[in-house]
Amino acid sequence: MTNRLNKIWKFFFGDSARAFGSASVILLVLLAIAPAKNHFSQWHRYQKQYLHLIGGRADAITLARHYQGGIQQIWIPEQQVTDRCPTCHLGIKEATLTDVSAVAFRKHPVIPHSLTEFGCTTCHRGQGAATTVQEAHHATEQWEQPLLPAKYIEAGCGQCHLEKLTGTPFLNQGRDLIASNGCTHCHTIKRPDGTLIPPDDDPPSLAHIADKTSREWVFAWIKDPQAYATTATMPNYQLSDDDARDISAFLMAQGTPLQPPLEPLKVSAAPPDPAAGTTLYGQSFCASCHAMQNAAGMMVGGNLGPELTGIGTKAKPEWLQDWVANPNHYDPKTMMPHYRFDEKQVATLVAFLESKTEPDFLANVHLDAATPQQVERGKRLVLENGCASCHEINGIKKPENFAPELSRIGSKPLSQLIFVEGMNHTLPDYVVAKVSNPRAFGPSLKMPQFKLTPQQVDAITTALLAQTDRAFTQPPTMRIASVQQAKYEPAGHAGQLMHDLRCFSCHMINGHGGDMAPDLTYEGTAVQRDWLVQFLKNPETLRPALIRRMPKFNLSDAEINTLTDYMLTVYQTPDFDRDSFPASELTAAQTDQGRQLFYSKFACQSCHIADFKNDKGYIGPALAGTGKRFNAAWVYHWLKDPQALRPGTTEPNQHMTDEEARSLTAFLMSLKSGGAKETAKK
Amino acid sequence: MLALLAEGCSHKSRQPEPLKSTATGAAIVESSGGKQIGYVGMPLDQPVVVQVNDANGGGVAGAGVYFSGPAGVTFTPAAALTDSSGQVTTTVSLGQQSGRYKLVASTRDASGKNVPVAVEEIALGYQQTVGAQLHAQYCIRCHDPESTPQRVSNMDNLAVKPHPFTEGDTLNKMSDADLVAIISHGGAALNKSPLMPPWGYTLSKSDIAALISYIRAVADPPYQAGGLVYAQK
Repeated sequence: MTNRLNKIWKFFFGDSARAFGSASVILLVLLAIAPAKNHFSQWHRYQKQYLHLIGGRADAITLARHYQGGIQQIWIPEQQVTDRCPTCHLGIKEATLTDVSAVAFRKHPVIPHSLTEFGCTTCHRGQGAATTVQEAHHATEQWEQPLLPAKYIEAGCGQCHLEKLTGTPFLNQGRDLIASNGCTHCHTIKRPDGTLIPPDDDPPSLAHIADKTSREWVFAWIKDPQAYATTATMPNYQLSDDDARDISAFLMAQGTPLQPPLEPLKVSAAPPDPAAGTTLYGQSFCASCHAMQNAAGMMVGGNLGPELTGIGTKAKPEWLQDWVANPNHYDPKTMMPHYRFDEKQVATLVAFLESKTEPDFLANVHLDAATPQQVERGKRLVLENGCASCHEINGIKKPENFAPELSRIGSKPLSQLIFVEGMNHTLPDYVVAKVSNPRAFGPSLKMPQFKLTPQQVDAITTALLAQTDRAFTQPPTMRIASVQQAKYEPAGHAGQLMHDLRCFSCHMINGHGGDMAPDLTYEGTAVQRDWLVQFLKNPETLRPALIRRMPKFNLSDAEINTLTDYMLTVYQTPDFDRDSFPASELTAAQTDQGRQLFYSKFACQSCHIADFKNDKGYIGPALAGTGKRFNAAWVYHWLKDPQALRPGTTEPNQHMTDEEARSLTAFLMSLKSGGAKETAKK
Repeated sequence: MLALLAEGCSHKSRQPEPLKSTATGAAIVESSGGKQIGYVGMPLDQPVVVQVNDANGGGVAGAGVYFSGPAGVTFTPAAALTDSSGQVTTTVSLGQQSGRYKLVASTRDASGKNVPVAVEEIALGYQQTVGAQLHAQYCIRCHDPESTPQRVSNMDNLAVKPHPFTEGDTLNKMSDADLVAIISHGGAALNKSPLMPPWGYTLSKSDIAALISYIRAVADPPYQAGGLVYAQK
């Protein structure tokens, strides 16, 4: 044995020449390992394939000139980006490679960002520094942030963009759903700029619940809210009959009577006419906010207030009477305006709403009187289920941190997640499962079942996946702040009146309020006093194709004067004076020229109506009464640049000359038809 | 786009378990769910419904239907037996590339031959999505003849009818530069109807590019971009 080894040794290293030769060969082989590894590597194969692909194309020379072999890397230290993706994805910047079937070599779709400034993993995730397909795209033991599936890619945008972007409808929808489903009552979700995502679902206080509804209704509702109203946002807690019995017993027991108490139902001599109820419901534009299922099963109406399809089954008539007369009495924080209904109108509406019932909903509910043990157990269940996270309940404090914080859920390591058997082990799959069917993770889990479509679940998942570590740790200069509701509250009598009428439920002023109705920030510059008075008395239809309209609040003349004076004084644009353009200076010649411009050059009649007999434009407001409604200065400046006065308005900027705008103003101010015939003020 | 279609033929999604069909039909037709405009990687709003018919055009219950499509497309379910009215309903998620997707639903006839029907869907990418949003805000009221309760179409009120964005026959003949000019400067500046206002002072250049990418994406018949023209060597 030793003999043979000796022989081999002698053969290779017997004398100095042999030893030198052998050592050189070994050295050569060792030196060749590194280049060989590169040569036989995966990325090198991709580069060869790419060269083959571009070689067969018409623009081969240009493409070949752009090509650089070897490891390619995007390095942005301040964003912690070291992305070697372009090593294989060689065509991402090549404008002509849009039709390549191999995804690896295709041009990156058009996005507003430069790939070299933002890198790849910032949006797509994955392991940027890796140079094999498996490591770069998938999760490994050392890397838990695999590539994000394409359908959640908007989560990448959401890390920096906290505002609503035009190009990210699902991210926007997901964020809206998180707010409108009240997820953040229980889960804290911080935005990267430190602000919280506030809930936007306004769950009612239960402090006076016994005044409003019956225990039977509460029982059936908490068992299955969507059985009462398909649009209900309250989730299903999948309660047993016993649990629902005890919770309803407790909720009724904790309810205190409203102070001052509800008045007994006023019985009118003649029973209200049902047709009058339908008319009044329509005239008051209740449907702008409330939906109701019609006879054909279609849901008609807005979603600002609760659905009213079965309101007669839910609400006691005394409560409805009190609520319709003045909602502030029962709930000072409601979004519902205080209509000035007279007694007869209240009775008519109450009778109409009481006739809207869901008889099946309470058909099988029979509850015996509650025992003290049931009430006690009900209280325990209310505490356990965290009901007070959303609802105000007497004797129970809102629990703190009732559910896990989700501020950084998008970077949660897989090792910290507990998957259900048979589930894909990825973070998006986990979030989808949690949102769509939380109790699948265990029947004792507290998170209730929300009623969401698969598409809505994906949208919520997109919004949650945007809550990453990167979003919090990247340079703050990269963040685009969210648009927050301004804290604006008008003062004085007018302010109280605007609060009582809940103008801000629909209108926005100075960055505060809703978006259902026009922004009124500069309304005082825009309109004439007489018109505003008449409009508040009897809101006419300004836009022919609109369903949601301004309701008639039955305001008194004194109230109208207060509101009008305030609006005309305060809601002015700083850019020009309302009276800077006296209509008296406009000539008949200008009016004629304006008419020409209106109908020919600018073809305003495609969207507006100047003359109800001939014009049919449906999109913008009717302009037949412009001369009575607006100030000439407003019309002139609006024509010059509509977006400057109301950002986001659909009206295009037509780039008119001063002369053209002046003539058109003259024509529009000459239109004085329509309008109410009521006297202006007393 | 062509490549995508080609891919549709080569990358058949994995054939599901064979179904135990109890009946066979003679033909398969699309009932609903074709020509939808969806988004990359996302499920389509409406399910795709196909119907298996016998030789007389009546629905056949219990016939096996298999769905397949280009890479990335998923069907839930990917195979099913027809219901009592002869129909199969499946939810479709589109793949990661924007463009047109040719989906195929097939059944076997009595002789065991494959009878397919093709259903085409459109997936919008980022730029087309921006275009779709702008379309919904600025263009749809005049350019879409369909009315909904929330959005009444203005098309019938116009003396010269605008082209719906799906009208490929007309719009495909116009170059991107033509469309940019009309959108930016309005109809009157190009000797067309002045009812079309200029949007160049309201929308940005990238907005207009996004709108055009949307118009190209939804064109029917599909838009074919002109290829590169290089001088001969």
